[in-house]
Amino acid sequence: MAMTMALAGGVLIGLAAVMLYGGLGRIAGISGITYTAFERGQRHWRLAFLVGLMVAPWIAAASGLRLAEGPLPVSTGGGVLLAVAGLLVGIGTRLGNGCTSGHGICGLSRFSPRSFAAVAVFMAVGMAVATLLRPLLVGDLS
Amino acid sequence: MRPTVTALITGLLFGIGLVVSGMADPHNVLGFLTVGKHWNPSLLMVMGGALAISMPGFVLLQRRGRPWFAAAFATAGGRVDRRLLSGAALFGAGWGLAGYCPGPALVGLSLGHLAAWVFVPALMVGAWIAPRLRGI
Repeated sequence: MAMTMALAGGVLIGLAAVMLYGGLGRIAGISGITYTAFERGQRHWRLAFLVGLMVAPWIAAASGLRLAEGPLPVSTGGGVLLAVAGLLVGIGTRLGNGCTSGHGICGLSRFSPRSFAAVAVFMAVGMAVATLLRPLLVGDLS
Repeated sequence: MRPTVTALITGLLFGIGLVVSGMADPHNVLGFLTVGKHWNPSLLMVMGGALAISMPGFVLLQRRGRPWFAAAFATAGGRVDRRLLSGAALFGAGWGLAGYCPGPALVGLSLGHLAAWVFVPALMVGAWIAPRLRGI
């Protein structure tokens, strides 16, 4: 069931990426859209996208899809880890011009060599950090 | 008007996809990134489902030549350079620590999840710092 839902959700994400590219010629890269949402010029579509993205979980919740809270309650020192993680993701996605959506879905669909390289690196580093480093800092994933 | 409405619908679809797929829940992402006995392959299914649509979709669109509501497709040029690779590595490290990438974090923020309220402000600080860093 979870795997079917994962596949179905993936299809929706793929449709969204195609729609934005076909309609506006834009890449559905959430990091880039977020960081430039308040810049002058073409910000309307970016703000509209972000509004949609943030209204979506409420629509999902209204139709009975509950979303679990993140795994790191601030009270157990996880707050520092989350802040460091946020900082790294912010710096990294800005330097690397993209995250899981921009490089991982749109970039691969455009057969961009930069995106193939980025995905290989962030997947490998993400797996190494989650598997080897994270358990030392906060214990095993439960 | 049409571009704005298209973007709004796109954002909705994307966000619902993140929730339906389980990717808005960092447990599932960490379950995928943590290799071992309890490995959770769902992220691979999400990527597979998304790419099965977007890869042929992008090819067909590029054959069409131009998007519906804009003059041309955005182009991203450039080479694979150190900036790209170090950026991807830093992103991967943060992703592996918290299980959040920007999309799921914004979804969590919207739902009032405490973890996302810590993560997203740090994310924005990081994005602000990055262009001011030298030597990376």
